Amino acid sequence: MKRRSLLAAGVAALALATGGAMADGHEKVKAGFIYVGPIGDGGWNYQHDQGRLAVEAHFGDKVETIYQESVPEGADAERAITQMALQGADIIFTTSFGYMDPTNAVAAKFPDVKFEHATGYKREHPNVATYDARFYEGRAVIGHIAGHMTETNKIGYIASFPIPEVIQGINSAYLHAAKVNPDVEMVVTWVYTWFDPAKEADAARAMISQGVDVIMQHTDSTAPQAAAQEAIAAGERVFTFGQASDMSAFAPKPRIASIIDDWSPYYIKRVGQVIDGTWEQSASWGGMPEGEVVIGEITDEVPAEVKAEAEAMIAAITDGSYHPFTGPINKQDGTPWLAEGEVAEDGELLGMSFYVEGITSEIPN
Amino acid sequence: MDLSAINPTLLVAALMVASTPIILAAIGEMVVEKAGVLNLGVEGMMIVGAICGFAIAVETGSPFWGFAAAALGGAVLSLLFGVLTQYFLSNQVATGLGLTLFGLGLSALMGQGYVGIRPPEMGKIEVPVLSDLPFFGPVLSNQDAMVYVALLLVMATWVVLRFTRAGLVLRAVGENHDAAHALGYKVVRVRMMAIFFGGACAGLGGAYLSLIRVPQWTEGMTAGAGWIALAIVVFGAWRPFRVLLGAYLFGGVTVLQLNLQAAGANIPVEYLSMSPYLITIAVLVIMSSGKAKAALNAPACLGRQFHASS
Repeated sequence: MKRRSLLAAGVAALALATGGAMADGHEKVKAGFIYVGPIGDGGWNYQHDQGRLAVEAHFGDKVETIYQESVPEGADAERAITQMALQGADIIFTTSFGYMDPTNAVAAKFPDVKFEHATGYKREHPNVATYDARFYEGRAVIGHIAGHMTETNKIGYIASFPIPEVIQGINSAYLHAAKVNPDVEMVVTWVYTWFDPAKEADAARAMISQGVDVIMQHTDSTAPQAAAQEAIAAGERVFTFGQASDMSAFAPKPRIASIIDDWSPYYIKRVGQVIDGTWEQSASWGGMPEGEVVIGEITDEVPAEVKAEAEAMIAAITDGSYHPFTGPINKQDGTPWLAEGEVAEDGELLGMSFYVEGITSEIPN
Repeated sequence: MDLSAINPTLLVAALMVASTPIILAAIGEMVVEKAGVLNLGVEGMMIVGAICGFAIAVETGSPFWGFAAAALGGAVLSLLFGVLTQYFLSNQVATGLGLTLFGLGLSALMGQGYVGIRPPEMGKIEVPVLSDLPFFGPVLSNQDAMVYVALLLVMATWVVLRFTRAGLVLRAVGENHDAAHALGYKVVRVRMMAIFFGGACAGLGGAYLSLIRVPQWTEGMTAGAGWIALAIVVFGAWRPFRVLLGAYLFGGVTVLQLNLQAAGANIPVEYLSMSPYLITIAVLVIMSSGKAKAALNAPACLGRQFHASS
């Protein structure tokens, strides 16, 4: 009892102290980042840390950033986030889905600190905001390229977990591949992990040995790229796409393009709002127009006219004239989903749990 | 579903590649446990072996020196465990877990300059006569050297443990260290040598991942392979060929379910991936039921500390 009240008093005093310092205008704004893996993973966490560095570069002396990497999702996350708040962070970005409940729990204790949770949906307190990116926009572009590049008409997709975000990607890629190549078949392999290089490489090899010649991945490591490189050395014709990060070490082939998560615009915007005192709770879902989803360099392995079409699609999505889920689209069982010209609503996409017509496999439970 | 798309020869060849890192790590850990020591640091030693092997192979351009460095790296790390548990009598479980955490961090530090690099390739070995056989040719021949090294290691371990004096002493130390001590055997020294061997094997297994199976360096790339090796030792009831069987079964299920998925078979993936773990749990339950313990061959002094004074 006593200890708890003491702690609360300490927290209040600290909050007062930081609040006072900020109003003073002399102290720097402190932005904290919590990462689920090492920043050297070359994918998801690396990209978030690039966003942190962009904040530092943009605001210079006005901000100070701190971060903690490899924080496990679950009980330990709450301790790490609390510690960061006690260190005087004014805004804390928690960058993995599993930090959702710990973020909200800590936010209740620190009403003056702003919390930003990536890919979640819970905003239980006015100082918690959520943000995510429309990766399916990137999938549409690489799906288009894949439809042109495949000769065996088999496109492989290394999928992590059957959650809406992954299913959006599979559907978006298939729709745009089938548009340019109606014979295309989507070979989906579930690996049930975000990160296991050996298993990801095995999945890529299994698909290559069965005639898949274009591979997409929704996992974090570069192992499928390495497996494809090995197959090319053995005389196969295989292409891949970089995931989350550019993975340009594997260009010009097998990696012929990539979907890059760029969190810098969002991080700069939100930290700027904390500095100005205009920060408000929000649920952000940015994509190509906001510069959060970027297509990496399309290499010369892709024919010039295909590259031009892909660039036209990027431009159309960016200026808002094209939505990757525009009807007519039927669900896998043939029932209509979107009528001619109808565009999918965000709520439907966020809960997507079905394949579109033409994909032959089934989503595991 | 088109099962004819699966080429059985390629499947079995892939199975052998997928199983090799687990075989290497598991056979090493089996020897350690046979000597009565439980080293839970396999994952840490594997990943340190993975980066040591990768770095040296890239620097020298020779996979052979890479594997040699990996064995040395894993073994040196295991000595840390050995000194702490055998001389300072620290708790084996806690020290082993600490070793895994330490190994993961150390490897991340060592590997900073090696991300996105391609390791030198290791040649395949064609075994004369064998390679001309219709089905077994492509399966058994034309693999990389480490696949054969792993198989030979399993056989050598079996021979040494079963038919040699050294193997008898090692087993005696693991079954009853007080009796072995009374007979004049150096319990701690035998255990240190076993730990060293286990570390070297785990290092080789790790390097097989980074140099051949994936092949590249990524932080945390073992992703639990060390824990699977530990489970396989229990599954194999501390017998070399059962360990081999367990590793093939595990590697086989992994590769097979990926191939079945790619062929469009609607199989319950989650259950198939779970099966090796379920079988291991079942074996553990049987083992802990007292009477069956002897039948399952667990070393009697496994995990118990020894000091000459006691």
